[in-house]
Amino acid sequence: MIPFDFEYYRPDTMQEATDIFRQLESEGKTPVYYSGGTELISMARVGNVIFDAAIDIKNIPECRVLEYDQDNNLVLGSALTLSEITESNQFPLLGKTAGRIADHTMQCKITLGGNLASTIIYRETVLPLLTAESRAVVASHDGLREYPINEIFNQRLNLEKGSFLVKIVTNRGFAESPYFHIKKTKNEKIDYPLLTTAGIKVGGMLRIPFSGLCSYPFRSMQIENILNDTGSFEERADKIADTVSENILNDTSGSSEYRKFVLKNTIINVLETMKDV
Amino acid sequence: MFALSKRSLIKLNVNQEEYEVFIRPSDILLFTLREQLGLTGAKPGCYNGDCGACTVLVDGLPVKSCLMLTAEAIGKQITTVEGLKDAPIQKAFIEQFAFQCGYCTSGFLMVCHALANRHPNPPDIVIDEWLQSNICRCTSYEEIGNAIRKVLSGTCK
Repeated sequence: MIPFDFEYYRPDTMQEATDIFRQLESEGKTPVYYSGGTELISMARVGNVIFDAAIDIKNIPECRVLEYDQDNNLVLGSALTLSEITESNQFPLLGKTAGRIADHTMQCKITLGGNLASTIIYRETVLPLLTAESRAVVASHDGLREYPINEIFNQRLNLEKGSFLVKIVTNRGFAESPYFHIKKTKNEKIDYPLLTTAGIKVGGMLRIPFSGLCSYPFRSMQIENILNDTGSFEERADKIADTVSENILNDTSGSSEYRKFVLKNTIINVLETMKDV
Repeated sequence: MFALSKRSLIKLNVNQEEYEVFIRPSDILLFTLREQLGLTGAKPGCYNGDCGACTVLVDGLPVKSCLMLTAEAIGKQITTVEGLKDAPIQKAFIEQFAFQCGYCTSGFLMVCHALANRHPNPPDIVIDEWLQSNICRCTSYEEIGNAIRKVLSGTCK
């Protein structure tokens, strides 16, 4: 049971959503945008977040779109659930990544936008988007704006107050590129990652983002330059581990030394798996 | 735009029946089903989406009702274990001894029922993925797996 009261709004348009957000703010209230709601409810239940109004964006058609546009871009609404994305198989790498977040029942509730904007540090759905150079379409009171995901997602999704993520646009060529996905957990299959990588190969070059390695998901050009350089797989793995070693997470799921060990093995695994692709 | 700003009377469709209930906008579905409608088949467990004991179906898909606002369920078809009414998976659970204490059973039944409806012939990996959403502290996993496979194979109707 959530120990405080709030108002609930379910707008039918983007304009209604941003209008009600602004109106509630002007009344001195604290509104939040609400999509799958799994994180907000579990945090609200224990008092880790308090708000005066939830604005549920799941009824906005643009947030539920799943289609190719006229420019051959895959458009995924932010309120699509992870299971809808996986079952559609339109972006196989994103589907694979989404299919390893939480458990299947939760994937029927967690949304793409919710995962990207979550406070949990892993936000694994951003990995395929970073490699595929996706664009994020954001609604604010001033209208819609499109941002490269690499710009708007820097450690976390950086949205201006009152704005919300509407959809993600991805070029078909990237969405259908050869891919790899590796998720290592401490013990159970369903757990937060010790390390997740979900990348693609484009023009003979590997793109390799990480989640779980540091306290935020990221893609690094420095790492990819080493990855695609010459040298034995082991040498490249060692060099990459050295470049990130200062920032590697050290917690109860895994020490930084262990994560470094997992990182090296994962890189070698990726290089071996993708060498002939 | 639909709005609920205070405790209000709303309509819910549960097990193909219309109910009128008073809810706070912040009420969770599990609480409404149990406390207002007396449908206690969905069990409170972790309240955090981990255990799956509170699983119900929303438009045919399994959802952990501890992590859904009642307000979100307006206009949806909700099915609880009380709405299964002698579904094949219930018979299979009995035949396969797929429960011990029974606390997790309704959640597992709902997941299995949805799986059989949506994927009549799934590979083992899909069965495993769906079943991993729920926890059985009595560890009846083998028997639960046997029960769903019995239904999927058509040998339990």
